[in-house]
Amino acid sequence: MTLDTTTDEILQLAAQHFKVPRAQLRPDDDFFKTLGINSLQALDLLTRIEQHFHIELPDYELQGVTDFRTLAERIQSRL
Amino acid sequence: MLDLRKYNSLGEALRAALETWPDEVCLIEADRDRETARYTYRQFKEAALPLARALQDAGFREGSRAAIIMTNQSKWLISAYAIFSCGGVLVPLDYKLTPDEQLKLLKHSHAEFLIVEHHLWRAITKAAEFSDLGVRVVIVTEAPAGADLAGAKRWEEFRDAGEPVFVARQRKDPACIVYSSGTGGRPKGCVLTHENYLEQCMAVTPIFPFWPGARYLSIIPTNHAIDFMGGFIMPFTGGGTVVHLRTLRPEFIRDAFVRYKITYMAVVPLILKSLQRGLLERFEALPPLKHRLLKTMIAANRAFTRRRPNPRLSRALLKDVHQAFGGALQALLVGGAFTEPALIEFFHGLGIPIYNGYGCTEACTAIAVNDLKPFRADTVGKPVRGMAIRILDPGDEGIGEVAVRSKTVMSGYLDDPEMTAETIVDGWLMTGDLGRVDDAGHLQLFGRKKNMIVTEEGKNIYPEDIENTFEGLRAREFCVFAANYLWPARTMAGEQLVLVIRSDSGQPVADSLSANVADRNRRLPNYKRISGYVTWDFDFPRTAAMKIKRIELAAQIRERLTRDAVVPL
Repeated sequence: MTLDTTTDEILQLAAQHFKVPRAQLRPDDDFFKTLGINSLQALDLLTRIEQHFHIELPDYELQGVTDFRTLAERIQSRL
Repeated sequence: MLDLRKYNSLGEALRAALETWPDEVCLIEADRDRETARYTYRQFKEAALPLARALQDAGFREGSRAAIIMTNQSKWLISAYAIFSCGGVLVPLDYKLTPDEQLKLLKHSHAEFLIVEHHLWRAITKAAEFSDLGVRVVIVTEAPAGADLAGAKRWEEFRDAGEPVFVARQRKDPACIVYSSGTGGRPKGCVLTHENYLEQCMAVTPIFPFWPGARYLSIIPTNHAIDFMGGFIMPFTGGGTVVHLRTLRPEFIRDAFVRYKITYMAVVPLILKSLQRGLLERFEALPPLKHRLLKTMIAANRAFTRRRPNPRLSRALLKDVHQAFGGALQALLVGGAFTEPALIEFFHGLGIPIYNGYGCTEACTAIAVNDLKPFRADTVGKPVRGMAIRILDPGDEGIGEVAVRSKTVMSGYLDDPEMTAETIVDGWLMTGDLGRVDDAGHLQLFGRKKNMIVTEEGKNIYPEDIENTFEGLRAREFCVFAANYLWPARTMAGEQLVLVIRSDSGQPVADSLSANVADRNRRLPNYKRISGYVTWDFDFPRTAAMKIKRIELAAQIRERLTRDAVVPL
């Protein structure tokens, strides 16, 4: 799986989970701002991602991450 | 509970706890739904003493400073006890800070020892400045087998180190240096003494007593004053149990309530909102008839418990809701930031006791707590035992700056006598918050006098701490303010930061500059971001040393601009 595919799937998951049109989300978007979510809701997204990719990510993997692309990189390194 | 009047230091009191309840469980650690560690008080002692001995063997002396950077877990408390039993001063640092911020505070604290989790150690040691610090000994927890620790020690290697020498401390000696801010600007290292902690514990335990079997769920970072007191000192001096959950995922928090039959949990408003959201989702998923029945039961519970809580009745009326919280919950303590009354009302309606509190690190945590006698969502309660409150220069409605005096007030800010003198005046701690005390003796808060905000996550953000993010901006000058400081509002809800940009006279902020502001803003953690900017057409007033005169500038802005001038980002 390439980074682009992972990023795309994460954007799809975020769109579904937070009920926003997929077309509104771009890889470099700040997900806190674009989705209007707080840090706990971002952890919800992490859980959704874990279920999709069948991996387990400690909470700290999200520390300092604010955009989808960086998040995808973190996921990619664990696939 | 131990009689804390008998002890001179946290080390002594904790040592007595380990002797008093050797077979009771003091710590449970869970990662999601998996229990990863469990310690009795005896096992806790057996884990801590070799570490203390290892510290002493490495040169740790009375008054030596040791920092801890760890997520919530058993080793945090074990390390803290080891430090106290060596007569040391603990520097608890926030694991959520960036490595640069941690380095800055480590340097300021002059900590010679550091106990740190492996993933945090990796991040912090990437910075070149790490080797320039005065940290002589680094102990790393959770290091994978075979990992190269570059001279740092592995936590596990001290298991057989032997018995340490217990080092006694006096009540007025410093116990901890806790940073309430200063990651970007001027560090505020609150020096809290053993007396501060012992007195605070005695003041709060009449409201939240602990006993063997009482369980506290720890999710607020233990470096935070609330969790250090509620999730360490209070339960240990009462023979209780601390349950550490190594994730903040709401589904596992809910699971832990039930699995461990939690008695108490301290939360910040953000977590309380998350719990509310989970409950509302469950309520909405109920069939219509059950939903109507639930609403009726909530109304009945509200009516019967208006004057004071009746846990037995509430558990009978709203059995399913209470079972979702484990069925043993005595109190959720909410603090660290302003909590909207409607949120408190919501839980009160369900019969889940919410104790709204108010405090600050400088006063060693709690200043006032709402004891639910009667329930009031519009105040932060009455002062805790031993806490004197004065309202300075009250206006027509009795509102003024809240000043407090107590044996829990810090001895001062580390290495900053000037700021200490501004903050503690004739023994009174100036909180910088605006409030009044009503006829029933309850403290009500109405905003801040000081230029800062507190987020729903309980984080204090000072504008000076984030200004360096905007260094290099193509503007003549700039400055960050709390919006409510520029334009006072009678609330602590929804506090925001704004950037004031001094543009070239008469020129609006160019799109490129605006984009650059937005880009820099994104580099900040989400809770530290500015919400917008205003353009200012005049030179900033400055001191002879060219420092911005913030009070004067704020007054000028207040006179010429309104809140509507803020361009949102």
